[in-house]
Amino acid sequence: MPFEVSDLAELDAPDKEYLWTLNFGPQHPATHTTLRLVLTLDGETVVNAVPHIGYLHSGFEKLGEHLDFNQYVTIVDRMNYISPLHNEISWHHAVEKLLGIELTPRCKYLRTILAELMRIQDHLLNTGTCALDLGGFTAFLYFFRQRELIYDIVETASGQRFHTSYTRVGGVAFDVNNAWVDKVRSFVKGFAAVHDEVHRLLTRNRIFIERVKGIGYLSTEDAINMGVTGPLARASGVLRDLRKDEPYLAYPDLDFKVIASKDGDCYARYLVRMQEMLESIKIIEQCIENIPEGPVNVDAGSKAVIPAKPAVYRSIEGLIQHFEVMMPNRGFPTPKEEIYAATESPNGELGYYIVGDGSPRSYRARTRPPSYIHFATFPHIIKNHQLSDVVAVLGSLNIIAAELDR
Amino acid sequence: MSAEEALKATYPGDELTFSQFRDNRRVVVPAGKLFEILAFLKNEQHFDMLSEITAVDYLEYEGAKDRFGVVYVLVNTKTGERLILKTHVNDPEPLLPSVYSLWKSADWLEREVYDMFGIRFSGHPDLRRILTPDEFTAYPLRKDYPLKGRGERHNFPVITRAES
Repeated sequence: MPFEVSDLAELDAPDKEYLWTLNFGPQHPATHTTLRLVLTLDGETVVNAVPHIGYLHSGFEKLGEHLDFNQYVTIVDRMNYISPLHNEISWHHAVEKLLGIELTPRCKYLRTILAELMRIQDHLLNTGTCALDLGGFTAFLYFFRQRELIYDIVETASGQRFHTSYTRVGGVAFDVNNAWVDKVRSFVKGFAAVHDEVHRLLTRNRIFIERVKGIGYLSTEDAINMGVTGPLARASGVLRDLRKDEPYLAYPDLDFKVIASKDGDCYARYLVRMQEMLESIKIIEQCIENIPEGPVNVDAGSKAVIPAKPAVYRSIEGLIQHFEVMMPNRGFPTPKEEIYAATESPNGELGYYIVGDGSPRSYRARTRPPSYIHFATFPHIIKNHQLSDVVAVLGSLNIIAAELDR
Repeated sequence: MSAEEALKATYPGDELTFSQFRDNRRVVVPAGKLFEILAFLKNEQHFDMLSEITAVDYLEYEGAKDRFGVVYVLVNTKTGERLILKTHVNDPEPLLPSVYSLWKSADWLEREVYDMFGIRFSGHPDLRRILTPDEFTAYPLRKDYPLKGRGERHNFPVITRAES
């Protein structure tokens, strides 16, 4: 794609001959996926940045119009390859709102634990790679080891480490056992020590602070005006958290704080993420001790739920219901309505706009991706910074290319 | 006074349709009044965040009168309430006013709607394709777009080694 003259319209320099253009990415190691940034440089100062996206555009929303509500789970978890399970929870949250399904208490708690584990997992990788890009390899290794433990927990629950496809309309694929509960307990117990270690490695580290403090400043007004959500917005002083503002799952029962800062720079975002991990640990602790007994799926009589495998193999009712849900021309009835529902994903507000047309497929399945909105702020916050700051700002924005492009 | 009541009081003669489904509060407005109403909601009702713009192609939807619906999700960051605003546009030249001057988040969101549905936004500073290549001519999320992209990929220009 040629560099366009219109991109330079904002520059007021009389003679632009001395400015030069640098392609940052798609293969730069700090652009962890395929991102391309066209930077206009004055010496080492970034005068303008034009992000070019679309490398991973795979038509996920179009696919959503051709797969039913249970099948589309396999696609949504590929949108965010850092915390895939959260996307599934988010998608089915929206679908259940459309269908008017109220989950069982056990399922609510189970999903809350998994959502918070995903939040920790996302923040672990983000802070880890941010440190890695700025020269701190040890923190990355320590945190990646913790991610491995979360993979293990997720594998025990769902049988998959990564693209789990664990949630279903009205519940989850199968219940968890006591071994899983023990694994979560031991993870929660051991996490604080590692967190503290990384805290000591980075938070007061001269080199790290010099690279991130005062870099990539985003004011409160700009954050609101640009639609920024999640840890980024909270680091800029926007006190908005969907877990508190629009409570869903088990969050109304739980006691936790919303972490925010006023500074609005990369350092504040790092601190907000670090602190949020500890809050998530607090939430998981509360959930795992109070997880209610009972079924994980809503009543099978509601016709929306895939029955458990033993019921399919051994009873005619189960077999019929399985057939009804699975066959392409059958499925459960849906209202001819439209709904927008969002959850607080690790990155921010992850919303789905679903249009139902009476069939078991969504007529339109739109994702509101937080990364997409956040990356649009990049040209604004990188201006007048050094070239090396691009890496720090990219790391603090936590750009997920698959979510960006869908 | 809620946002709906304020809208009713300010625009009494216009055809605003209010509805609610689950916790979604929705209002359908005519396309001609869209910018005015959005500006009113932002400036007078404190809906300071535009969280989402998306579109729906109602081509095959049962009982639909208009081709496209464009949806705006507004958030009031003080109270945390949401309002979903919808308007309809039609072929052959679907055009809406850009709200970039009100919310900067409209920049990429409007570009995506343009890229995927071909709905233009007048007054947008830089309305280019964002997810698909520049030489792409179709609008993939329209309902009449073939699922396998037949007839599209064949039209891509061939770049020879000498030209590249």
